[in-house]
Amino acid sequence: MRSIDIVLRCVSTSGFVLMLVLLDSLSATTDTRRSTYDDMSRDIRAMQDDDMANPASLWVNDGAALWSQPAGAAQMSCADCHGDAATSMKGVAARYPVFDAARGKPVGLEARINHCRKTRQQAPAFAPESRDLLALTAFVGRQSRGLPITTGDDPRLAPFVEAGRMIFERRQGQLNLSCAICHDHNAGKRLASALIPQAHPTGYPIYRLEWQSLGSLARRLRNCMAGMRAAPYATGSDEIVALELFLMARARGMATETPAVRP
Amino acid sequence: MARPIINVPAKARRGQVIEIKTLVSHVMETGYRHTETGERVPRDIITEFVCVYNDEEIFRATLSPAVAANPFITFHTLATESGKLTFRWTGDNGFSETGTATIEVE
Ligand code: HEC
Ligand code: HEC
Repeated sequence: MRSIDIVLRCVSTSGFVLMLVLLDSLSATTDTRRSTYDDMSRDIRAMQDDDMANPASLWVNDGAALWSQPAGAAQMSCADCHGDAATSMKGVAARYPVFDAARGKPVGLEARINHCRKTRQQAPAFAPESRDLLALTAFVGRQSRGLPITTGDDPRLAPFVEAGRMIFERRQGQLNLSCAICHDHNAGKRLASALIPQAHPTGYPIYRLEWQSLGSLARRLRNCMAGMRAAPYATGSDEIVALELFLMARARGMATETPAVRP
Repeated sequence: MARPIINVPAKARRGQVIEIKTLVSHVMETGYRHTETGERVPRDIITEFVCVYNDEEIFRATLSPAVAANPFITFHTLATESGKLTFRWTGDNGFSETGTATIEVE
């Protein structure tokens, strides 16, 4: 009786503080999410950490140049409308894909950039996975580095996150595997020499050593699908965007690493 | 398209050992790969890297097909005098790229 009394009194005088402490320790013990970064070799982490050694910097610099270069029939640059990317694009990549009210469905960052390219600059869209599109995406993404992922805030996205989850959990392909079998149930184990990560898309576009190049999240997902011997969804298709959205929402709160380096 | 990225300390003491880092954009196609239809992808690599400090060559490297894409080359030298460092990468198909950096030595 006495101890309960003490506890109650603690709660009434400093209930707020107590709640916070409780919540904090809860999330600290239940959040078992790991970025692939945490399990990479020291050499690859060092490469990601040093902008000088991270080959993705070459694309980021290209993106910065494109940002202020007038283009299209409008002869306008991204900077003409958006100003300094360090302020206007801060946190933007960390909340994509977002709900596009005009199309009634989610849109990824690459498509959003291409939308400005077409309608604002009145220039031909960049081809998917082209150097220029990757460069601009990396440059915009770089402005969110260190910021927590916030994707999925918008309630209108809920059915699309759910659609992504269903794709993630559905078995497909000749090997009859689902994404979840590897990334939820066998994460941390090895597939031949490769560590199976939890598949949090914290650093896209990434410089992947195996590609010897920068590549998008769609490219990464298509790679995994080819590994499952499933027909890869097209870049920018509803299925790929749903998967991207589901994975980003699943990584909510984790820090953006763009541009990351991956094996 | 991408300009090389060069990192040289802006200032150094005379006789100080300084680290120089360079990153250049290049596919470094080995010449050993084949397309889906069996044709060999021709070799396209950087073959040479040279650094000149004022008028003196201080570093030279010969690159081979085993070097990864976008070569990152880092080395040390002695800061001897204020001036300019010139970097040049040359390779297959007439590839040539240069970059410069300045250093102030006290
Ligand atoms: C003529 C002005 C104009 C130009 C040029 C322009 N944009 Fe935009 N951009 C806008 C406007 C206005 C919006 C927001 C309203 C909307 O949805 O159209 C926007 C939205 C965006 C967004 C989404 C921001 C968010 O908070 O979700 C991104 C990313 C973006 N632009 C990138 C670019 C890039 C990259 C370029 C250059 C290739 C560019 N824009 C060129 C006017 C422009
Ligand atoms: C057979 C196991 C397996 C399956 C099935 C699989 N993956 Fe992967 N996935 C991997 C491995 C292994 C890697 C890491 C590759 C490496 O390190 O080279 C990876 C990497 C990833 C990454 C990159 C994470 C990062 O840090 O950038 C994402 C995202 C991902 N997978 C998503 C998916 C999705 C979505 C599916 C289903 C469409 C899927 N994977 C199916 C094994 C799998």
